[in-house]
Amino acid sequence: MNKTDVLIIGAGPTGLFCAHQLGIIGLSCEIVDNLDKAGGQCIELYPDKPIYDIPAIPECTGEELTNNLLKQIKPFNVKFHLNERVEELKKNQNRWHVKTSGGVEFDVAAIIIAGGVGSFEPRKFPIKECEKFEGNYLFYSIKDKSIFKDKTISIFGGGDSALDWAIELSNTSKVNLIHRRDGFSGAEASVQRVKQLNDQGKLNLFTKYQIHSVSGDKNINSIKIKHDEGQIKEIESEYVLGFFGLIMQLGPILDWGLNINKKTIEVNTENFETNIDGIFAIGDICSYPGKLKLILSGFHEGALAARGCFKYAKPDEKLRFEFTTTSKAAQQRLGIKK
Amino acid sequence: MAKITYHTHDNKTHTVDVQKGLTVMEGAIQNDIPGIDADCGGGMSCATCHVYVKEEWLDKLPTKEDGEEDMLDMAFEPKSNSRLSCQLIVSDELDGLEVNIPSKQG
Repeated sequence: MNKTDVLIIGAGPTGLFCAHQLGIIGLSCEIVDNLDKAGGQCIELYPDKPIYDIPAIPECTGEELTNNLLKQIKPFNVKFHLNERVEELKKNQNRWHVKTSGGVEFDVAAIIIAGGVGSFEPRKFPIKECEKFEGNYLFYSIKDKSIFKDKTISIFGGGDSALDWAIELSNTSKVNLIHRRDGFSGAEASVQRVKQLNDQGKLNLFTKYQIHSVSGDKNINSIKIKHDEGQIKEIESEYVLGFFGLIMQLGPILDWGLNINKKTIEVNTENFETNIDGIFAIGDICSYPGKLKLILSGFHEGALAARGCFKYAKPDEKLRFEFTTTSKAAQQRLGIKK
Repeated sequence: MAKITYHTHDNKTHTVDVQKGLTVMEGAIQNDIPGIDADCGGGMSCATCHVYVKEEWLDKLPTKEDGEEDMLDMAFEPKSNSRLSCQLIVSDELDGLEVNIPSKQG
């Protein structure tokens, strides 16, 4: 059991800066995120795209912003629990017990949900019969590539994941790469390599095709793919891989009894607390009249929510407002030596 | 104002007036038309505002910017008439536009 003052759900920019605000006022926190790294949408959706509306930073990329926020919270030694999704929530007297998908447990005084638009999950094939093969013969990510050795694999997608795996697996497996159009979103060098492998007969590339059906009883025998113009082709296949990027799902948070409105959580604007005492929501996931989905709004919301947590974490103490420029306590927490 | 018609997957038709300058995505959100998620808020970063545009309107639309087709690769059942509705800005030329909303966005 991890005991800390506050659990932050979501390691995007809002969650990271909130950890800073908690640290400044002397509260401890740990952060859970479903992705394998911090940064949230900034890292997953637009690591290289410049952002122009962070106050006092004329231009920075999602990755730079994330790295700077991580640097800013370094003095607080915040513990991250990545690749974990929060599942269960229980009230235990005046504390909360939270359990993640991987069985990590927390005992906390307050929870701050900074979950963006939900946790990132892989996008799946549109056809229903794919579900029965999922996890055994059909995958949306690869954990153990050795199972594909000497097998026939059909890979769907046109981004870097699809291209990179098609190239790599073509060394040891028979690979079909299927994509809905002639253009690819992956790196140009990978596209050229795939075309070269196709010309050499080391990989079969099918463009303007999409999945039509998957057949097999326990395991997959073959799949059918359908061309833009309607013709259907059957190809032998033992494994199917789909790389269509990630989609955001609110997941188990939906069942926590929070007031949810159009996939967002209603909060008050005094301290961003939800309808449940001790549970706060900040950033893109919260809604209130006038809400703007900007990173700078998330920073403001986090600063207030952090202070809102204080009475739950330290009920016998009084929080005094201080500036980092002059507060000895804040400077000490930041590890500043004078 | 321009009239935009959204055909939802439950076979319902919603015709609404959308202010010029807003996007077809915003028109759906403001009028509570179901089936457009718009998770990223209009940033061409998520493909959850995907619509099928009625054929006769296709060449009246603004051309796809770099990146829209890449995002459509991620959409649920993309077709040749697929567009991201966050990229369709409502104007006089689009008065009467009809789009179909897919059965789901992901």
